Amino acid sequence: MSKLRSIIIYLILIVFGFTMVIPFIWMISTSLMTQSEFNKQESLFIPKEEYHLWDNGEKRERVILVLEKEDTCIVHVLDSDLAIVEEYKEVPSSQVQLIRKKPSFEFSNYIKAFKKVPFGLYFYNTIYVSVLSLIGVLITSLLAAYAFARMEFRGRDFFFYLFLSMMMVPQPIYLISSYVLLDKLHWLDTYNALIIPWTANIFTIFLFRQHFKALPKELFDAASIDGCSIFGMLWRIVIPLSKPVISTASIFSLITSWNSFMWPLVMINRPELRVLQVGLSYFNQEASTQTSLLMASSTFSIVPVLILFFFAQKQIIASYAKTGMKD
Amino acid sequence: MKTKWKITPYLFLLPALIIIVAFRLIPIVMSFILSFFDWSLQGTGKFIGLTNYATMIKDPVFWQSMGNTFWLVVILVPATIVLSLFFAVLLNKIKYFKSMFRMVYFMPFVTSLVAVSIVWKLMFNEQTGLINTFLGYVGIAPQAWLAEYRGIFVLMFPQLESLPRFFHGPSQALFAIIIMTVWKGLGYNTIIYLAGLQNISKTYYEAAEVDGAGKLRQFWNITVPLISPTTFYVLIMTTITSFQTFSQVYLMTNKGGPLNTTKLIVYYIYERGFDLLEMGYASAVALALFIIILMLTIFQRKMEKHVNY
Repeated sequence: MSKLRSIIIYLILIVFGFTMVIPFIWMISTSLMTQSEFNKQESLFIPKEEYHLWDNGEKRERVILVLEKEDTCIVHVLDSDLAIVEEYKEVPSSQVQLIRKKPSFEFSNYIKAFKKVPFGLYFYNTIYVSVLSLIGVLITSLLAAYAFARMEFRGRDFFFYLFLSMMMVPQPIYLISSYVLLDKLHWLDTYNALIIPWTANIFTIFLFRQHFKALPKELFDAASIDGCSIFGMLWRIVIPLSKPVISTASIFSLITSWNSFMWPLVMINRPELRVLQVGLSYFNQEASTQTSLLMASSTFSIVPVLILFFFAQKQIIASYAKTGMKD
Repeated sequence: MKTKWKITPYLFLLPALIIIVAFRLIPIVMSFILSFFDWSLQGTGKFIGLTNYATMIKDPVFWQSMGNTFWLVVILVPATIVLSLFFAVLLNKIKYFKSMFRMVYFMPFVTSLVAVSIVWKLMFNEQTGLINTFLGYVGIAPQAWLAEYRGIFVLMFPQLESLPRFFHGPSQALFAIIIMTVWKGLGYNTIIYLAGLQNISKTYYEAAEVDGAGKLRQFWNITVPLISPTTFYVLIMTTITSFQTFSQVYLMTNKGGPLNTTKLIVYYIYERGFDLLEMGYASAVALALFIIILMLTIFQRKMEKHVNY
């Protein structure tokens, strides 16, 4: 391949790579700006700050400059929360100076966002729901996949196609009837509604089945001769040999439940049971003008998944790549 | 030996089966039944036959939502296929930083739709958004984006104004959602294509090289036909997932506005079911969506044999 061609390829990839990450960069940089700075729209990415300081020898106060005359200025005096405490004060020009800070990171946005919205609670709910669903998914899938892959029984094909056809039906189709069903069960507004329906995952069953079928038959024969029970085989042979596929399924399951939105939005009304995504969407409605706080909350809502992604990047991408391949 | 195994398989299957029957099969059947009832949460509902379906066919907002969804699919799917194949081919050619680029392109796909919808909503803001700032750099006037109800075809060619509304194309607001959704799913489809490209044997290209075929010829005559099973998978999967677009509309627009031009079919179901509590009616619409998706799935199964080389 010629050098020029490869330079062009890299250039295209870099330019479009930037379009992929710019929303994230902008999200983080906006989350570190003060609201007034964001509104001024002077710098796009690097938070900087400009303000006037009134220093009369005794105390230093931040002020808003209203009018500048020859040797006096009219200012609004601000307190530490940047609220106006004194309006139209006349002070000598020599005592007012312009302060430029660049970059200036407003990390307190994160603390403010945390104080405004109970994100700690939302994190707890999300982790609780994700982990319990994951445990359920692993148990039901290991058992069902083992039955499908290594056991002969009447109706196996029937159940297989039943599961397969259920997998094809997307969530919006059964969302309303699920709501009615959970209402009849009195599970609306409980953790049950968020966890129990998601403790079986058909895709994971098929993923495990595929893997279990590929395990050598001799292993099972040998174990069977040694008097190993079925549970013993599952526990001592299948699971140790399936660690990669189990971790793949776990990552899928965790990312999916962490990001799931429509289901918890509909099933949960009580604020104390809100998961992170739903909490964030409510904050989006309430705080549409508080851009930097909204961006701070968005940032820390995706940080856990991004951390997981950075550490297990190769494996996650390889796992998703496999979803497109058919056997 | 055989007799001992008889009950065990069913016991192994049971936990998954209970959950899947209770929370998939039963709700799917229920949604069919609900669609024949006048059902809100308070009342037990009464049987009204096909009335919900008749109301649906007469409701202009239903047809508008279907039209919006149509435009979304018709623009989103080809754009996704072209762009992801393009990036996959480029990524397949490079030697260094391959995994870094893959990671960058894949990042939007793993992050939550809620967070990125919020970010994109602010990016599309007319005054303070990043998009208009960038457009300003290349001399394009600020666009209203999520506040613009006019169709993109009309914005480009004002003389189309006299045509019926549908032919004005998706509103600029919906177009903004389409851009964001392409961005979100691009990485996944690129990775799928990349996996497909790696399965194409190098010998084809070597033979073409010997015959003196240029890179572009090679792309059209080798890559495109041999990658077609992947293209077919991406086509069907992207179509099916696009039909289910919801969160973007919920988070980026004000109830599918302006003038219902971003109201997609799943948002319409949500609104009628949970805002207006017309659950029977919403189930009828859900069933209509189900039939569309079912037909696509059957089409995929049928066609699968034909596209494999």
